[in-house]
Amino acid sequence: MRSFASRHIGTDGAAQSAMLSQLGYGSLAELMDAVLPKGIRAETPFGEPVSEAAALAELRGMADTNTVRRSAIGLGYHGTVTPAPIKRNILENPSWYTAYTPYQPEISQGRLEALINFQTMIAELAGLDIANASMLDESTAVVEGMLLARRASKAKGNVFLVDKDALPQTKALLEHRAAAVGIELREFTFDTIDAEGAFGALVQYPASCGLVRDPSPVIDAIHAVGGLAVVAADLLALSLVKSPGEFGADIAVGSSQRFGVPMGFGGPHAGFMATRKGIERQLPGRLVGVSKDSHGMPAYRLTLQTREQHIRRERATSNICTAQVLLAVMASMYAVYHGPEGIREIARAVHESAREVAGALKSAGYELATESFFDTVRFSAPGRAQEIADTARERGVLVHTPDADTVQVAVDEEWAETGVADLLAALGIEAAEATAGFGTELARTSEFMTHEVFSSFHSETALMRYMRRLSDKDYALDRGMIPLGSCTMKLNAAAEMEAITWPEFAGLHPFAPLSDANGSLELIDQLSDWLAKLTGYDIVSLQPNAGSQGELAGLLAIRGYHQSRGDEHRDLCLIPASAHGTNAASAVLAGLRVLVVATDALGNVDMDDLHAKIESNRDSLAALMVTYPSTHGVYEETIREVCDAVHEAGGQVYIDGANLNALLGHATFGDMGGDVSHLNLHKTFCIPHGGGGPGVGPVAAKQHLAEFLPRDPREAPLEVDGLTIGAQPVSAAPFGSASILPISWAYVRMMGESGLVEATAAAVLAANYVASRLKDHFPLLYAGENGLVAHECILDLRPLTEATGVTNDDVAKRLVDYGFHAPTMSFPVAGTLMVEPTESEDLTEIDRFIDAMIAIKEEADAVAAGTWPADDNPLVNAPHTSEEIVGEWTHPYDRTVAVFPAGGVGANRQSQAKYWPPVGRVDNAYGDRNLVCACPPPEAFEV
Amino acid sequence: MTEMQYTKDHEWIRAEGDIATVGITDFAQNSLGDVVYVDLPEVDQEFTAGESLGEIESTKSVGELFAPAAGTVVEVNDAVADDPTLVNSDPTGAGWLVKVRFSEQPEVLSADEYAELTK
Repeated sequence: MRSFASRHIGTDGAAQSAMLSQLGYGSLAELMDAVLPKGIRAETPFGEPVSEAAALAELRGMADTNTVRRSAIGLGYHGTVTPAPIKRNILENPSWYTAYTPYQPEISQGRLEALINFQTMIAELAGLDIANASMLDESTAVVEGMLLARRASKAKGNVFLVDKDALPQTKALLEHRAAAVGIELREFTFDTIDAEGAFGALVQYPASCGLVRDPSPVIDAIHAVGGLAVVAADLLALSLVKSPGEFGADIAVGSSQRFGVPMGFGGPHAGFMATRKGIERQLPGRLVGVSKDSHGMPAYRLTLQTREQHIRRERATSNICTAQVLLAVMASMYAVYHGPEGIREIARAVHESAREVAGALKSAGYELATESFFDTVRFSAPGRAQEIADTARERGVLVHTPDADTVQVAVDEEWAETGVADLLAALGIEAAEATAGFGTELARTSEFMTHEVFSSFHSETALMRYMRRLSDKDYALDRGMIPLGSCTMKLNAAAEMEAITWPEFAGLHPFAPLSDANGSLELIDQLSDWLAKLTGYDIVSLQPNAGSQGELAGLLAIRGYHQSRGDEHRDLCLIPASAHGTNAASAVLAGLRVLVVATDALGNVDMDDLHAKIESNRDSLAALMVTYPSTHGVYEETIREVCDAVHEAGGQVYIDGANLNALLGHATFGDMGGDVSHLNLHKTFCIPHGGGGPGVGPVAAKQHLAEFLPRDPREAPLEVDGLTIGAQPVSAAPFGSASILPISWAYVRMMGESGLVEATAAAVLAANYVASRLKDHFPLLYAGENGLVAHECILDLRPLTEATGVTNDDVAKRLVDYGFHAPTMSFPVAGTLMVEPTESEDLTEIDRFIDAMIAIKEEADAVAAGTWPADDNPLVNAPHTSEEIVGEWTHPYDRTVAVFPAGGVGANRQSQAKYWPPVGRVDNAYGDRNLVCACPPPEAFEV
Repeated sequence: MTEMQYTKDHEWIRAEGDIATVGITDFAQNSLGDVVYVDLPEVDQEFTAGESLGEIESTKSVGELFAPAAGTVVEVNDAVADDPTLVNSDPTGAGWLVKVRFSEQPEVLSADEYAELTK
């Protein structure tokens, strides 16, 4: 029987032998001996692999020990009915989940359209002008809203007002995050608003207790002092109650979870953020806009990218890079499927159910805490709250107890569908006449989701075809290789994906009693333990729901550690010039100052500069952040010396785990001197990129930092308004994006030590093979002293650009005509392409890529030789659309050259991989200068 | 009209009486690429040497407008805010950014010295 590893790793023994002989090595082990610095090898003793069936059986066993009861907890997480066509055609469809972030717009029009639908839906429901393409979760979106308010506000104060009745998990997160950046939080109730010295205010709408109230008093008070109002709103409620924008809010945030995305014990879900006009250039996260292509037709792209951390580095005001694209796409399709009237109907049914519950409670003699509510009812039960909750739980229903005298129940789409009889029975009360909900003065009268996309696909047939039409426009791993350097686009195996939709994992509320989550917790504990072993650390927190959040958690831990030792003055973070921009942005948000260390001609840390900077900042040195192997794809020989020098001066070493897939099974961060790292489960450990999220960014550390990391609620519980979470949170949910952890669990389990060791070597082999075959055509920017690279290689296109005028952009777009996703462009060095084939590609596909690159080089040479004019050739005109080649043809080269450059239909394998881009090259400048971030009117597409 | 002078931050300065006009050089606009947005300071804003007076965003990058010396903003070029392409098409003319009154002498380079810097 073939092992899972042999399915995951694309090259078999024969292919590997051929590749090794190209490089002059006899075996994978010999290659790894040559490429890895001697001093860093470390064993990671680890279990043997199991088969796919056995791994799934183990997962099934764990799932069976979860107890999924009906949730009436609410607090930002609600039961929802995922439409089956969306589950099958998006969540379980590799065309959607294996795509990358849409940096290359020409091959991403499908998900860009879905995302602009999401933005349009959010902006209109919020009553604001512009929404981004999603945030990590509601609570982190509130933090980003606070930071946005601070930078956009004219007020000078450093106080942020926080609604006493905000979600408990949001309040805890704000506490941890505000302290690091010197923001003072001031809690208020509607009777005690003191806006003096404040730059912003948060209102929860409806309130955490369920109360629907007019947020105007807060909004007016903060505006009076020149500050900005942030409203955290419930998306479903907004279809019935007045929108934040209508009350004058500047920023609205929240979660789109209840639009068809399962609770999943905490995530992933798409948070959202919308703002009024005038502050859109300060928005964090990804933003999709409309531009036009080379034929003048509308085309979508990511817009205003210069706002983002990868460009602004330490000047960035947010470290968010990832969105939650897959989940935002699901929520947008939920809206497309139901339409505005359907959404209103669901909301009305939920509201009606809540009114029934309120009526029954009243009739049973309970006093309601509020008479104005949407879906959440709080009632008083002096001294009996726990007893009521326990009884309800025995009867299969979970409720929330804010304190010993109060109980709170929230209904949702699932309750609306089944009726609330079981809920009433769980509470021991009888049905009675429904009460009123909220007053008409707060009822929504404005329209939303008026664009025709929200009223065109309400039958399943229409929706199925719409989703297929969009996915057909996109290039994902199900079409061919995505050789993006630093992004690790390896296989996301179907068996790994299997368990994420099981109701036992998908149906748990994040604040369900932990004894209901035995299976999920067992999985979390095992995965944490494995990741600790594989990285040489003592402790792992799986809570951070993106790499950027893992970085932040690690840096906050370093800061906390120094402070605990009385070293408040240690606030300087050294970061090599070659680092990913997010490093610097995260450091700033952890309250650290950034000092850049030079890199030498080979891309390595400049040791002289490092020693000099450590020496002149000995007293203030907090940390060094370094990526290993480096962002240039090289194993630096000096890594131990680097770590020792930092430790000797009293600093901590943060090793960025972005490139862990080049080390796994061969060396560990802990052993080489790291104190803390974040890992990217969406790179090394096979969680699919989802078209731009979800990611998971666990933070792993040595024991001395453990107490400063996001804490497990089982070990360091933090009580907030009756809710138990873990101390020092960086995400809304205690275990982050728990529902996708089975993917990484399954990968590690099915690979075992032997599989992981081989995967790393196979990835290194593939990168070196590409480098070796392409180095005579494109200079290799960096290599180690042995002439070898790690798991990726940088091709320097600048000499080609100088000689021929052909840019790396032209090469990237021409690769689309050859049926490829472009490699990473201009990172870490402008004018270059970084190629990472990963271990999952087979030799045929790797060779096809190499041959395409060589052919493109020949085309560039032909331009230089004058065969084709510099402004009219297959490169500058790339990519070519089908519409273009059936139209009038005026170019000095054949149509076949344009669209079948590696041979015509049936000539070779090329034709099998033919991908047709739906648009020509997208005009970046036009889109940035003419900002449009909502669905364009249908007339825009008329020729 | 007086001669144009330059700074090591790739800005040009042209003094007329006690008012100096400041913009970015052709070299700078060329390195930035297509300029899509210009963020300018408020009139009457006072600044110190080296302070950022605004940002020039292209599709790929962000450049800062550094104050060459301390002073006060007298006028900003609203035409550039409306049409950022002016920075690319006419960086030393219609694409000027701010007029300022310096309270100290900026450190400047001559045309030849600047040409040497960008060689």
